[in-house]
Amino acid sequence: MLQIEQLKKSFEGYQAIANANLSVPQGEVVAVIGPNGAGKSTLFNLITGHLTADSGSIRFQETDITQFTPHQICHHGIGRSFQLINIFSSLTVFENIQTAVLAKHRLDRKLFKPAKKLLKEETLEVLNSFGLVRYKDHLCSSLSYGDQKVLEIAIALGSKPKLLLLDEPTAGMSPDETNRIVQLIKRLSKDEGLTILLTEHDTDLVFDVAQKIMVLHQGETIAQGLPEDIRSDKSVQKAYLGEAEVC
Amino acid sequence: MLVNIDPSSRTTNRKIHNSLGLGLAPIGILILLIVPTLIPPYYSYLLATIFTTALLATSLNLVLGYGGLLHLHHGVFYGIGAYTVAIIMTKTSWPFALAVILGPILSAALAFVIGWFCVRLRGLYFGMLTLALGQLVWAIVYRWNALTNGDNGIHAIPVPDFLTSTSSVYYTTLLVLLLSLLILYKITKSPFGLTLLAARDNPVRSESLGINVKQHRLIAFVIAGFFAGVAGVLFVLLERSVAPSLLFWNKSAEILIMCLMGGLTVFLGPTLGAAILVLLSMIVGLYTEYWLLVLGLLLLILVLFLPQGILGYIYEKIKGRRQRGGSLDASN
Repeated sequence: MLQIEQLKKSFEGYQAIANANLSVPQGEVVAVIGPNGAGKSTLFNLITGHLTADSGSIRFQETDITQFTPHQICHHGIGRSFQLINIFSSLTVFENIQTAVLAKHRLDRKLFKPAKKLLKEETLEVLNSFGLVRYKDHLCSSLSYGDQKVLEIAIALGSKPKLLLLDEPTAGMSPDETNRIVQLIKRLSKDEGLTILLTEHDTDLVFDVAQKIMVLHQGETIAQGLPEDIRSDKSVQKAYLGEAEVC
Repeated sequence: MLVNIDPSSRTTNRKIHNSLGLGLAPIGILILLIVPTLIPPYYSYLLATIFTTALLATSLNLVLGYGGLLHLHHGVFYGIGAYTVAIIMTKTSWPFALAVILGPILSAALAFVIGWFCVRLRGLYFGMLTLALGQLVWAIVYRWNALTNGDNGIHAIPVPDFLTSTSSVYYTTLLVLLLSLLILYKITKSPFGLTLLAARDNPVRSESLGINVKQHRLIAFVIAGFFAGVAGVLFVLLERSVAPSLLFWNKSAEILIMCLMGGLTVFLGPTLGAAILVLLSMIVGLYTEYWLLVLGLLLLILVLFLPQGILGYIYEKIKGRRQRGGSLDASN
């Protein structure tokens, strides 16, 4: 579904992505892991068009999206959530989702139709599937951290993506809240057949949910494969633990 | 984002606005319809000036309050609307109706050109470019003597006979203001208005949801320019003259202060701000020529003590009372 080949990105001489290669098959949960500063978020920003690659290519469903803008990429079927909570703070929970649903249906430029009842059912459906419907009239900034994280993912789902990118979905969460997100990822993958690409520091979570793992180190893909292969890969152990421990 | 809006204020204001503001609207309109029969013509003229200025300020607030963009030179579109009517009526034999239509259209066209460059920038850079390009237009109007009469402006602009009395001008400006406010209100409640708010809150997230933020901002800029042009046409009906000062930056600063004074998060905030500032400038003008000094002091007071604007402050107080009432009910 998604093919990344020889992707490179540097910032004023610093090579953030040196040579990234990744293949995401349809319907699978793929995780990108790596130590801090490995380039995981940069890779996500390149895929979603928030950064432009220096070279290499990103192909999504046979279309080269390397030079596309973020809104074009979204309309091609890639949705994302962010590492830090990135919601619309002055809007209600309902309006947060409705904004995504309206944009998906390209109704966001309608000037004279009242927004209030437009695509209400579809918006409520998304809220319902995430257990947020009781908060629909609440200002989203009044939600708990865990609920805001769930809303963050729900907004991305509001645009009905074919591929969902989750950037550290459990960052800063309690064990209970983390478990809630894990169940959510599993449900989206199994029940709805959604293809998911995620980055995560919690390796237990990664090995629990991912069917395929890519390891990024200093901006370079050092390993890619099934979880059990990655667990026993020497180069991965070296990147995570350092040379001395491995030897 | 440069224009910071308290996230809690908008939802609160919206609910109170719906229950209070819109409920009182028919009574207010009825009073405004009767008023000219009860007051001297000068006061009708003053009210018509407030209507014109209110439309100008509300149009700016679409970009400033709803779009979160620091638009520093909205007055230029007001001036172009007014000058278009003035030039057509004094230098051509074209009908008045055409002049009235072309005024807002040319303002919107200019807004498209200026906006096309500006929406590529963010924050203060956006504001500085609107100011620079606006002053450029002012300089052209000021220097192009053959077309605009330069510093002297254009006076004794002919208008149809039915628009020569104070009461007819009053009712025309009132009607145009009400229609324009209704359209602008509908726009703020439309999917476009909701998306504009989303883009104001979080442009990066909006882009990742498939929203073309630059395009949205440009559309808002053009709509605001169009209605500023409508206000410019009303100004000509009212004054029958135009001068380059309409396009000078201090006019734009006045409009911006009107929005801040009334409240950026309340739809009728700029209307209240316009009413206060027009009345105040008239009263201050009786005693001193240093109106700008008073305006500066007002801005200082607003920023320090009333950052949410007068209507924003009132709405917050009502919200506080309702919450206290609610908690008392609950405890009983």
